[in-house]
Amino acid sequence: MVSQATQLAVKAEAVVKNFGETAVLRGLNLELPAGEVTVLLGTNGAGKSTFLRILAMLTQVDSGNISMLGADIAQHGPAVRSLTGSVLHSPMLYGDMSIRENLMFFAELYRLENVDDLIATVTAKVGIEPRLEHRVRTLSHGFQKRVALARALMHAPQLLLLDEPESGLDSRSVARLDRIIDEYRSQGRTVIMTTHIVEHALEISDRAVVLNNGTVGFTSTNPSQDKTEIIAAYSSPDESDEGGF
Amino acid sequence: MGSLRIIWAIGRKDLLLEIRNKDVVVAVAGFALLVLVIFTFAIDLNQGNAKLVGPGVLWAGIAFAGVTGLNRAFALEVEGDTLEALMLAPISRDLIYLGKALGNFLFIAVAQIIVIPVFAVLFNLVVFRWEMLAISLLTTIGFSAVGTLFAAMSVRVRAREVMLPLLFLPVVTPLLMAAVESTSHMVYGRSWSDMAQWLQLAVAFDVAFVVVSAFIFQHILED
Repeated sequence: MVSQATQLAVKAEAVVKNFGETAVLRGLNLELPAGEVTVLLGTNGAGKSTFLRILAMLTQVDSGNISMLGADIAQHGPAVRSLTGSVLHSPMLYGDMSIRENLMFFAELYRLENVDDLIATVTAKVGIEPRLEHRVRTLSHGFQKRVALARALMHAPQLLLLDEPESGLDSRSVARLDRIIDEYRSQGRTVIMTTHIVEHALEISDRAVVLNNGTVGFTSTNPSQDKTEIIAAYSSPDESDEGGF
Repeated sequence: MGSLRIIWAIGRKDLLLEIRNKDVVVAVAGFALLVLVIFTFAIDLNQGNAKLVGPGVLWAGIAFAGVTGLNRAFALEVEGDTLEALMLAPISRDLIYLGKALGNFLFIAVAQIIVIPVFAVLFNLVVFRWEMLAISLLTTIGFSAVGTLFAAMSVRVRAREVMLPLLFLPVVTPLLMAAVESTSHMVYGRSWSDMAQWLQLAVAFDVAFVVVSAFIFQHILED
């Protein structure tokens, strides 16, 4: 069963994922403790986003096991999803519905109550409340990303998955995001994020994991101190990035 | 009860988007009306001919037009990546299927509300009867059940406009036969008992495909 008090937020064992003939994850083993902010780093194609999509249960592994918050995700999908909030590359919103309509719809899917209060709280937190009645299609990408963040926070998940959350955000919104991540950490919740803004990520994280060729290349539990080693591991040649600049 | 709320929420969301865009109903009704009009020119519609060919023309038109609408209904979810947003929610995948099928049912039903009266006028047939309501409901349930499943299967295929009719039309043939035969019995003024076997076929088709499709759908969503 899913346990909110589990010590490990994520346990991945020998996870393999291929897309056609391209191997993306090659037997990934990773344990991420609950209550920490973990940043996943790696060059393009290292497998960060794929791993996050697997944790969000949008992509299935070819082999290996993953448990989240103490539960095998293959067996307890809906229960784990109820404790997980995700902001991935695309905002995944209905363009012809307003922000409020989008959030109300997803609140129903998450079986939430006191929806009006919840919407007021999360939209204030991400700074979108003045445009609640605007259709999503009329908003900038950065604003849509904030709506997606509001949706992910609405059910107060134990585990927040953020895939390059700062992309498209202005500096004020990034500061807001940092405050939300800090708040999550102080509440004992878990954040797993990917980013390419390495320096900033190391300042706000408790743990950094560098993925290289679909496996863990380097792990640090003191990212701000291990900056040099992390950047060296991040910059090391990656077979999966053959076509890079 | 909770599951019904989820299904209704997804169906209602599709309806709200359709009211704003009018993509699906206009496509389905427009296409079906076009088929009816073409046949009224192509066939000498005296009373005998109208009763003979009318039911076939009606349901063939709705089936072909339905494919157009079903394609569009799922394409919208994929274009905005919102299908993945549904998959992130802590609900079983079969509820997503049933919600989407409900939305498609509503679109095709609304299109029929437009098409059937026009059919009655063009073919000069009496169709405003309880029998027609039963036939229409059963056929729309089956079309939505099969169409939602195959639309989900074909939506990521490059040639989805071709793929969906190739999958959909052969499978709904028994249901189409039941609809045509039942409607035919109705326009000839026969009793419920005369069309009972066709209605039973439609009920069996609907039950089988709703259950099987809901089961298969969750595997289709996984890549």
